Amino acid sequence: MLNTFDILQTIDMLDHQHLDIRTVTMGINLMDCAHPDIDECARRIYDKICRLAGDLLPVCQGIETELGIPIVNKRISVTPIAMVAQASDAIDYTPVAVALDRAAKECGVNFIGGFSALVQKGFTLGDARLIESIPRALAETDLVCSSVNVGSTKAGINMDAVSAMGRIVKRTAEATADRGAIGCAKLVVFCNAVEDNPFMAGAFCGPGEPECAINVGVSGPGVVYHALQSAKGKPFDEVAEIIKKTAFRITRMGQLVAQKASGRLGTPFGVVDLSLAPTPAVGDSVARILEEMGLAVCGTHGTTAALAMLNDAVKKGGLMASGRVGGLSGAFIPVSEDEGMIAAARSGVLTLDKLEAMTCVCSVGLDMIAVPVADHRRHHRGRGRHRHGERQDHRRPPHPHREGGRHGGFRRAPGLRSRHAPPPRERGGLHRPGRTHPRAAAQPEELIELIPYKKHKIPEPEAPGSFYSFL
Amino acid sequence: MKAIVSVFAKDRIGIIADVCVLISSMQVNILDLNQTIMDGFFTMVMLVDTSTTDKPFDEIRSALETEGEKLGLDIRIQREDIFDAMHRV
Repeated sequence: MLNTFDILQTIDMLDHQHLDIRTVTMGINLMDCAHPDIDECARRIYDKICRLAGDLLPVCQGIETELGIPIVNKRISVTPIAMVAQASDAIDYTPVAVALDRAAKECGVNFIGGFSALVQKGFTLGDARLIESIPRALAETDLVCSSVNVGSTKAGINMDAVSAMGRIVKRTAEATADRGAIGCAKLVVFCNAVEDNPFMAGAFCGPGEPECAINVGVSGPGVVYHALQSAKGKPFDEVAEIIKKTAFRITRMGQLVAQKASGRLGTPFGVVDLSLAPTPAVGDSVARILEEMGLAVCGTHGTTAALAMLNDAVKKGGLMASGRVGGLSGAFIPVSEDEGMIAAARSGVLTLDKLEAMTCVCSVGLDMIAVPVADHRRHHRGRGRHRHGERQDHRRPPHPHREGGRHGGFRRAPGLRSRHAPPPRERGGLHRPGRTHPRAAAQPEELIELIPYKKHKIPEPEAPGSFYSFL
Repeated sequence: MKAIVSVFAKDRIGIIADVCVLISSMQVNILDLNQTIMDGFFTMVMLVDTSTTDKPFDEIRSALETEGEKLGLDIRIQREDIFDAMHRV
């Protein structure tokens, strides 16, 4: 028989340390739903999702009952819609988002992700149209999540896309201003997006994925926090060992749930993504883990090092526990979703600059940061909540008590300015070579203009055969 | 199917008797039992076999919860798999 102590430990994790399965996400390929008519395309998408994910909710609820572990979210991720919808001539892809929303509500899931475009190397026509549709699509739907991959280690960063997404974030905030800018909480701007990510809002079913797969996201900041309480004053390697062991246990549980869910749904098992995803509940905070590791307040000197160590140990512990580990998100650092982060930001120790530094060792970028409304021409209009990987605007928000330009009055006096630095531009924004100043607002045709083949016509071969003459 | 029944309560006379009556009334077979008092709290872990009963698992679970509440006991039942997964490599 199992050790009684182990059983009681598990029950304690479930009861008092917020151990849960954060999400069971079904990835569905929608490539075969493409159709020249956007409404027909939307209808096919709706039908396919309802057919494949109809049993997701009852199956997950059955597993919850049997194992006694809560599965907090049931979600669906689909093929990036830009790839599916570009078979049609429609300029606005909102009807597809509405169909996704209806399908998600029909299946009873919490979120559906995949209103996405992958533009790390350049735009297709469909990508540009999808990006332009994001503000309206997110305003008119409740459960649809959108993401745009603007860079990868291999391809570099598509700065045109970064610039476009900056404006899209603000327009999304404006479009949902009456609902606390909730649209931005459903939007992610990525670098190195993971194809089998089960976590929202960045989940989509990548082009290399199977027809349908079950991906599970496990979480457990509370469990790690409790485990670390016994490690006070111990050397670093022992602390890392405790985190590894805890991560192993949590991931094993995710593996079990993933196997059961995929078996009952008759769907292949995709990956277990191990992460420490905090909630606003007390005792379920990543910031508190970092503080338990020895920081006075999250955001002070050493925060980045502590986070790096935490991520490293979590990943190492999780790797062995599951047959297939994906994503490896490590720790999430969503500011307004983490009780300890909220406290640290209130105390003024945790700043945007520090968060930016933290993103260097953490796969999650600037996440769920509320930027106050500012009365400037271009910057920080609307209360944008930036989700994972949001990196396009690192400028400091304006100081609440000082008037001034985009630097909030913190700009150095002209005499102190570095000799090499040009005088500040009147018009802010990301500057691109070859353009005198950034544009005021992106128009669809402007974005489409960026597509190279539209701009530069491929020259016709002069004479038959001459095109290949160099061979 | 094997499952783990765990019982937590303030210690009193006849807890084991109550729980065993409850479980046997549902035609569930007890395989092993481990009981201790931790800080004055009655703590019991039982390994049971549910293949002897026709009742579905969620029915057993809700019956144990509601009947346990009437007796002042915190009773839960979970499949053995979850503990196996977490503590056995």
